[in-house]
Amino acid sequence: MLRLERQPQDSRLMAWCSPLLAIALTLAAGALLFAVLGHKPLESLYEFFLGGVKDIYSVGELGVKVTPILLCAVGLVLCYRANVWNIGAEGQFIAGALCAGMAALAGLDIDTPWYAVVIMLAGMLGGMIWAGIAAWLKTHFACNEILTTIMLNYVAYNLLQYGVHGPLKDPQGFNFPESAMFNDNHLLPVILEGTRLHGGILIAAVAVIAVVLLLRYTHLGFKITVLGRDASAATFAGFGSKQLTWIVLLACGGLAGLAGAGEVDGPIGQLTPYISSGYGYAAIIVVFLGRQQPVGAVLASILLGLTYLGGETSQIKLGLPVSLTELFQGMLLFFLLACDLFIGYRLRWIPRVHPA
Amino acid sequence: MDMDLITNILFAAVRTGTPLLLVAIGELICERAGVLNLGQEGMMLMGAVLGFIAALTTGSIVTGFVVAALAGVLMSLLFGFLALTLSTNQYATGLALAIFGGGLSAFIGQPFVGKPVDGLHAIVIPYLSDIPLIGKALFAQDGMVYLSFILVPALAWMLKNSRPGLIIRAAGESPDSLHALGHRVMMVRYLAVMFGGAMAGLAGGYLSLAYTPMWNEGMTAGRGWIALALVVFAGWQLGRLMLGAYLFGLASILHLVFQGLGFDISPSLLAMMPYVATILVLVVLSRSRDNPALQAPAAIGKPWRPVH
Repeated sequence: MLRLERQPQDSRLMAWCSPLLAIALTLAAGALLFAVLGHKPLESLYEFFLGGVKDIYSVGELGVKVTPILLCAVGLVLCYRANVWNIGAEGQFIAGALCAGMAALAGLDIDTPWYAVVIMLAGMLGGMIWAGIAAWLKTHFACNEILTTIMLNYVAYNLLQYGVHGPLKDPQGFNFPESAMFNDNHLLPVILEGTRLHGGILIAAVAVIAVVLLLRYTHLGFKITVLGRDASAATFAGFGSKQLTWIVLLACGGLAGLAGAGEVDGPIGQLTPYISSGYGYAAIIVVFLGRQQPVGAVLASILLGLTYLGGETSQIKLGLPVSLTELFQGMLLFFLLACDLFIGYRLRWIPRVHPA
Repeated sequence: MDMDLITNILFAAVRTGTPLLLVAIGELICERAGVLNLGQEGMMLMGAVLGFIAALTTGSIVTGFVVAALAGVLMSLLFGFLALTLSTNQYATGLALAIFGGGLSAFIGQPFVGKPVDGLHAIVIPYLSDIPLIGKALFAQDGMVYLSFILVPALAWMLKNSRPGLIIRAAGESPDSLHALGHRVMMVRYLAVMFGGAMAGLAGGYLSLAYTPMWNEGMTAGRGWIALALVVFAGWQLGRLMLGAYLFGLASILHLVFQGLGFDISPSLLAMMPYVATILVLVVLSRSRDNPALQAPAAIGKPWRPVH
């Protein structure tokens, strides 16, 4: 019979092969799904993942999707390394977008493109406040951060609804639940002519590099990793776990807030009831897929960005619901978790022994 | 405030608390057996959508609820295979289940959005339902509410006094001892996970077949997550769970209360209440962590494999 056996050492090879295997299995399951729905499996898969990327404009669109996912994911890398289960990037994203929106609306008449900096900083602050609530609840009241951050996601969502239906609604907007359009001058500049790709992706790139350096070369990065691997060792070494919890959550909140600010002060250009397509949740999958490494997160963000484009493409071309995106994301995480088993375990065939 | 208003508020609090109570009952049993399944939201949504489709196509509400429960069980088996058989991280697996269930239910349910179905009817018990204030809340509800009235004391008794209850608790407190005594820990945990799935499916079905008889993408609105907090709030005790569910029901219908009192507050701000209440409850609980009767099962969330 087949038996799972603990390996003496974790397999480093498998740690990096597991995401690839999981992607392959997700593709196979996706092909099956398309076949069941009566579509040609291979053509549909191609259409889903690559059909949306055919010219410079659509590459730009991919970048627009990757930017917020990557910003959230880089922050979550820090949290998950420290074993802080922040599920709240979504709420921190919305809080950031909301604060950025308020700053943008407050300064509509200011006549300098540099006001964008103020808007982005406001967004960062919003995300940090939102994550700070979770940090305070965890360090002061020992509240489980999974539950608090999820609840804060819903609170942020409803705050946004309150804002766009109430005080932030455009007075000249025919009663639509939307804010006024931001000043064009204040929007993040488009960095690739003929696309919607905006400066946010540069901020994301800086964030990736900063986190790589932090984790590789600084004492703080080392402390974060130790806290996550062995909390008692971290306490023994005198690394304040409360302080580290604050640091990783604030960092993540700031980055997620920037992501939200970049969305409203970039491609969207105003506050609407729907500013996130679940980027904060997708970022969680990115962290797992990217092996809790910032560089891995870059590759994984591109893949998750493709699932967002794919959802849109297959809605237009195949007439399938946009929720195909979430479906693929869920399958990906399932397969990944299953494949990750073989990092620590191996399958062995043990012949059945029949007693004589 | 007049009597009629209070009567109606109590009625609505029980009705609104029922889907929370149903899903939380399942999760409580699951956690008592040592398994933390964060994927309640996904199982509820699958129960809601498949139960709705079944009721719509067969015309039978009962079939709808049976299918809803089965859908929850199937989803929970997916979780069980990964988290129990393959010992994957229970947090991450539950999260995957929540995302996957959200996507799959929206995908399956898209053609059915906005279609009407004849919802579950109330069974009004004569005379008892005329009791002032509480009569309507307790005796003019539908069958699922009555089912939860029966399940809570029955399961509480089972956990405390019966052999299967002891085995479930042992699986959550000390799986090694249970294994040493010759019981099958995996089997116990699988059954608990499946029970949790069935209850989550029923809770989802309650939303799409009784509470608001229609299907809408993401219609559970975080109730699966609130249920997880409820179990913590209840200190893993069924009686307190019931009380908590109705308090949360009350928090969710505050807009009725405020309308009744003549206040005008934005519905979005009031929609925040259950989530804010959940956070406040977690804070208050942190002050009363010393009660030994209200502790989490010792082996909760820890994967367990038999040693040979």
